[in-house]
Amino acid sequence: MAEMMASGQTPEVLFWVGCAGSFDQRAQKITKAFATILDKAGVNYAILGKEEACTGDPARRAGNEFMFQMMAYQNIQILNGYSIKKIVTTCPHCFNVLKNEYPVLGGNYEVIHHTQFLQELIEAGKIKFTDSNEWKGKSITYHDSCYLGRANEIYEAPRKVLESLDMELKEMKRCKSKGLCCGAGGAQMFKEEEKGDKRVNMERADEVIETKSDFVASACPFCNTMLTDGIKNRNEEVTTEVLDIAEIIAKAIQ
Amino acid sequence: MAVIAQILFIILTATALYLFGKNLLKIRRNILIGKAGFVNDQKAKRWKNVFLLALGQKKMFKKPIVAILHLILYVGFIIINIELLEIMADGILGTHRIFETYFEQFGFASLYNFIINSFEILAALVFLACLVFLIRRNILKIKRFLSKDLNGWPRSDANYILIAEIVLMSLFLMMNAADTETHFIISSSLQPLFSGINSNTLFTIEHTAWWLHILGIYIFMNYLPYSKHLHIILAFPNTYYAPLTPKGMMHNMPVVQNEVLYAMQPELAPTGGAAPASFGAKDVMDLSSKNLMDAYSCTECGRCTAACPANLTGKLLSPRKIMMATRDRLEEVGKNMDLNQKFVSDNKSLLHDYISVEELRACTTCNACVEECPVSISPLDIILELRRSLVMEESSAPQEWNSMFSNIENNFAPWKFAPDDRDAWTKQV
Repeated sequence: MAEMMASGQTPEVLFWVGCAGSFDQRAQKITKAFATILDKAGVNYAILGKEEACTGDPARRAGNEFMFQMMAYQNIQILNGYSIKKIVTTCPHCFNVLKNEYPVLGGNYEVIHHTQFLQELIEAGKIKFTDSNEWKGKSITYHDSCYLGRANEIYEAPRKVLESLDMELKEMKRCKSKGLCCGAGGAQMFKEEEKGDKRVNMERADEVIETKSDFVASACPFCNTMLTDGIKNRNEEVTTEVLDIAEIIAKAIQ
Repeated sequence: MAVIAQILFIILTATALYLFGKNLLKIRRNILIGKAGFVNDQKAKRWKNVFLLALGQKKMFKKPIVAILHLILYVGFIIINIELLEIMADGILGTHRIFETYFEQFGFASLYNFIINSFEILAALVFLACLVFLIRRNILKIKRFLSKDLNGWPRSDANYILIAEIVLMSLFLMMNAADTETHFIISSSLQPLFSGINSNTLFTIEHTAWWLHILGIYIFMNYLPYSKHLHIILAFPNTYYAPLTPKGMMHNMPVVQNEVLYAMQPELAPTGGAAPASFGAKDVMDLSSKNLMDAYSCTECGRCTAACPANLTGKLLSPRKIMMATRDRLEEVGKNMDLNQKFVSDNKSLLHDYISVEELRACTTCNACVEECPVSISPLDIILELRRSLVMEESSAPQEWNSMFSNIENNFAPWKFAPDDRDAWTKQV
């Protein structure tokens, strides 16, 4: 972003990568896949790079409002400094905070999730699939991220994107507004689970396995990790691979 | 004799209404001890929620069979209570079926019959629905009713309500049946029971049923403020005041926002500003009035807990229990206020004494409980306010969370990575 600013350019959209997308090895693949799609679709975008910082989501949900407010203050200063108007992000947690929680603090942007952006690009014909992409006819189930689904009522965009690939979408028993959490939200990602008789991600992994799908699509880097761990635990990684919607699209693109 | 009955009826009615009103005002006072008040913007959307969720019971229909049974109780309750108008008029004026007399005078006798027949059909349906509900609660093994959340009083409370409904409906039908001059659709089939009984005895039976029925209604009404059944009233304001913002949005804390702003830009800080008393919620008076109304609106159905990922996997957290604990604590605080004119510290609090840290820590903030609640209760909001108190007032967080906080502070990410590597992935594209 700093480079674009220096050369007097204004990007059409800012890609908010998020901490998982920046640092987590698995999530980096999602980031790279999405960046590839943006390039191929000819989208003029920028990233904040080293100037991006955690939105404060896990701190706020854990109860540390001070930490959240500090991060929000910094991020809003940077975003407003660059006069950012539109943000796209691959992380539903960042999406939720940027879209719903920054406006009251003075950060007003049009914020969309990457599944919505992908749907727009497909509908506008900016993404062209190869004729014989490897997904055709394969079965897939979609895991709703809580922060995309219930928190922001985005249920259709990710499904529309998958359907555009002629994949067979198999729904789990608990889907859409009834979707079961992967277990990572509310800062659970950063601590051990409380005492119980099963891990939340195992419960969800079992539901994924029950659908007997070839793949399970996620739209959140944390859900991705949780489901991958869960399925691995059931020794099912050979049959059900966890992929982000961006990775699926990136592979099908011309 | 008749005059004595009339006076007695008026005294009884006045006492019942007085006590009921007094208790409702007490509940109102308890709700209003909440820190933040109610949000009342976008009225049109709020009324829409009342019509869809409270009147229309939209969310109940996620479980169609239960929804229909519940609808019978609900419609039955409202419609049959229209008959209360006639009962009240008869009681005060010392008349017998005063509306029937008037309807006949103006040539609407068949309309009166139609109305009472409808009441009777509904009464019979309510009777059956209550039986089914009793079976569901006590014989069928339904997880959300077996839960230990309901041990003791809450389980009895639910059964008392169902039994009371059955008794009231039986008295209503018996009263009509004993009135052998009438031939209504359901009660007439009960009339053979009374064959051979002389008219004096029948008169006594009818009157006894009449008195027991109205007495039962007054008792039921006064039981409401002590019962989970209060949702029949509070569902309406509670859906009206339901947040209209996306579920993922947490309340901002302007106090903390300003603290951070003044730290970053000291020139903006007011001089001599007092520090806020506390952060987050430790006790019920720190919660919002909406949170407290939520607690009184909860009918302990357990749809929230049945959908909770933490509860499903055996963790201690149960969103229903969060609501029940909040109401219990609020009632306790209310009694304290009755006794001492104002609240005098009892060295107890909602956090720790009623809701444990382990419960709070199990929440994934997934909003499943909020989504499920048919009357727009948010257990999540209470959980998050209590978490804020835990972390900001008591500095109580698991070690991993403390590391996460310090990573965010020092490395701008919840993990310990060098901030300079944030864009390292770009080199691999």
